[in-house]
Amino acid sequence: MKHRYLKNVATLRLSVEKCIGCGRCAEVCPHRVFSVNEKKAQIEDKDRCMECGACAKNCPANAITVDTGVGCAAAVIMGWLTGSEPSCDCSQGEGCC
Amino acid sequence: MSNEKSCCCSADSCCSMESITPYDKNDEWVTGEIHTPKGGVPVVSTNLHFKDTLGAWKVRWGIGRMDYKISPGLYAIGKPDHTSPVLVSANYKLTFDALRKELSGLDCWILILDTKGINVWCAAGKGTFGTDELVGRILKTGLSGIVSHRKLVLPQLGAPGVSAYEVTKQTGFSVVYGPVRAKDIKAFLNSGFKATEEMRTVKFTMWDRLVLTPVELVTAAKSSLMVFGVLFLINLFATRSFGLADFIAYTGAVVTGTVITPLLLPVIPGRAFAWKGWLLGLLWTLGFIWFSGWFVPGFLLLAIGYLLVLPSLSAFLAMNFTGSSTYTSFSGVIKEMKIAVPLIALSSAAGIVLVLIKSL
Repeated sequence: MKHRYLKNVATLRLSVEKCIGCGRCAEVCPHRVFSVNEKKAQIEDKDRCMECGACAKNCPANAITVDTGVGCAAAVIMGWLTGSEPSCDCSQGEGCC
Repeated sequence: MSNEKSCCCSADSCCSMESITPYDKNDEWVTGEIHTPKGGVPVVSTNLHFKDTLGAWKVRWGIGRMDYKISPGLYAIGKPDHTSPVLVSANYKLTFDALRKELSGLDCWILILDTKGINVWCAAGKGTFGTDELVGRILKTGLSGIVSHRKLVLPQLGAPGVSAYEVTKQTGFSVVYGPVRAKDIKAFLNSGFKATEEMRTVKFTMWDRLVLTPVELVTAAKSSLMVFGVLFLINLFATRSFGLADFIAYTGAVVTGTVITPLLLPVIPGRAFAWKGWLLGLLWTLGFIWFSGWFVPGFLLLAIGYLLVLPSLSAFLAMNFTGSSTYTSFSGVIKEMKIAVPLIALSSAAGIVLVLIKSL
């Protein structure tokens, strides 16, 4: 069974003009969102993106942007309660990641 | 100045050469030391002992989970030389054990980053498995004086924290991202650093989900002690005291949210975790109320109350499993929570009022 999360929410953007076709994004993506054809990357299925940011971090041409953050409700609640950015800080023994 | 170096160890066991990586000689997983131009490097066993298995079991149940780590630095597997590959990993002992047990028969170096005892993927998300730490660790260990090649194998899930081109720019080492799972490392190395699509894809099998549920359950159980405390106080002056049936109903809802929903995750209809948890929580509560014979006029208030509270509780606990899952995005979780949290709060509040009306 394939896991599918909410549709049309991922903030992933790829600038095809800037792309140099190195293939790093396809190499690092844990959900195989990218494919590279004729020296250009393309987004195969954006709904599979979990916004981990591996592609953007490793793109030498700065062609990818994505708002990264922890996909963790417990972290978001802690962020709301403490007024800070949600961080995957499990040092309180929270049942997160 | 005196030629004598101060040494912490007692006379005979004293180190002839300083080790690059501090380690405890009593650790069973260290089998010896190998000498390099930069100093001694501990050699690590590829077998797990009882203590390692017990340690893994304990952290899975949330015991000492935040302090299960080894010293960062360089380690050796087999008899590596200056041509041997360098694998980079995190200093969470569970991660380190998962890696080394897959390396039997290999000669290689392991460069352990200081991730504060957190696994590779989570540490990469936080940035502790990151470019700066990697660059710093390469310099601190003197890696460029130990290996003659300039290539590092990083776990693919370290990529959210590490900028490969930055590492190359700053250290001269090129970065190859290896497979997601340690069990594929041998195949990866033997095929000349080629990872298949399968090796590059993150999964979330039923087993993967099962091993995560104990921590969820323990965390929920700790919060439940407070609930039980409050119910105990209410019992002191309640007309209908909370008893075994209430305990079972509540516990069932907790187990539904923390264990059953994670296990059945992909087969439950819908996409939002809170929805999945609510659905199963509703089934549980309906089943329990029917079984208890509470669908009668005298108990209707209690039945409706529990139907509002318990599925919401399961929904909340299931929603928290997003943090343990391997595929939820930040934007998605925010969207889910904006709808789910107000509904959960309203439903729980209304349900608690009804249950209390019946009890007081």
